[in-house]
Amino acid sequence: MAENVKPKVRVPKSASAGEVITLKTLISHPMESGQRKDSDGNVIPRSIINRFTCEFNGETVIDITMEPAISTNPYFEFEAKVPEAGTFTFTWYDDDGSVYTESQDIAIS
Amino acid sequence: MNKTGLLMTAVALVASGVWAQDDNQLVINGEIEIITDAPAPEYISGLDTIYSGWRFRQPAMQQLEMDDFENPASLAIDDAVEQWSMVEGSEGKSCASCHEDVEDSMAGVRAVYPKWNEGAGEVRTLANQINTCRTENMGAEAWKYDGTQMTGAEALIGMQSRGMPVNVAVDGPAHETWKKGEEMYYTRYGQLELSCASCHEENYDNYIRADHLSQGQINGFPAFRLKQNRLIQTHNRFKGCIRDTRAETFSPGSPEFVALELYVASRGNGLSVEAPSVRP
Repeated sequence: MAENVKPKVRVPKSASAGEVITLKTLISHPMESGQRKDSDGNVIPRSIINRFTCEFNGETVIDITMEPAISTNPYFEFEAKVPEAGTFTFTWYDDDGSVYTESQDIAIS
Repeated sequence: MNKTGLLMTAVALVASGVWAQDDNQLVINGEIEIITDAPAPEYISGLDTIYSGWRFRQPAMQQLEMDDFENPASLAIDDAVEQWSMVEGSEGKSCASCHEDVEDSMAGVRAVYPKWNEGAGEVRTLANQINTCRTENMGAEAWKYDGTQMTGAEALIGMQSRGMPVNVAVDGPAHETWKKGEEMYYTRYGQLELSCASCHEENYDNYIRADHLSQGQINGFPAFRLKQNRLIQTHNRFKGCIRDTRAETFSPGSPEFVALELYVASRGNGLSVEAPSVRP
């Protein structure tokens, strides 16, 4: 069970129609791989974020399957074309069933 | 910086084999301009120009510090912001109860620490002062000198002075402590018989095995060290350095390290406060 998970995103406040913008996302998460053992030799159970998605006005921008080898506090940076004003919604899916979401609006200037 | 600029810098670096004298400018979040080189203060005889450790890093690492979103210390800062208004101790107070908004009340504080405390009759570091506040004003337990909470709080407070020049006082009542720090700086420690100056004054910009030696400036501390994957405090780094000379080290928070911190901070008078910086 991951504690103190905080997503952060950076989306520009505005863009011109058709512009390609850079999106940055970070989530604090231990990403326990399930390969490690504690001091008593017991396996520490896997606890990772296994999927990350980004949608723009309901349309998928990116959909990522995440694997145990990804480091603590996963950071993603990617680009998207913005045809119109709207909302980016970012969603992280945890192994324990938790879902973390964050959304941010973008205006057309 | 645009890509062409980076590329040209890279070419120049390969040509000269020197990082420290490159012309990269540090601007954080596109707005806070950081002074990364300055004339050495007159009491430093061994250096002409002082350079921030940032100038010795490779461009990809330099980049991490230029945007708070990419700075890995940002998570620790978020925790410290929460801690700032967390009520603790018998007095029912948090930091915010007295100091209110950290951005206003702590601007410029990092730049002048360590500094002489008239009431206590001693030189105090920022961490000393935070713990005094906790025990005397909040009735809370003191934090471990170089623990996570202390280092986070120091980073948060340090951040409010970013871009302001370091300006610690070396004269007046602090002078005696400063002198002790200077003596330590030039004293050879350990089986390897190395002083701070052996590496950071006489050999900065050279390599010690795979490590590129900087001048050991502490204007960027607490620094996020990628090697340890967490924020590292000045005294913690001092301890690591002395240990590497194969000596018995002093403890974080000891009077010896407080004196050394004052002296080393004064060697950076004129550079901008850069905390929390990103270092290898």
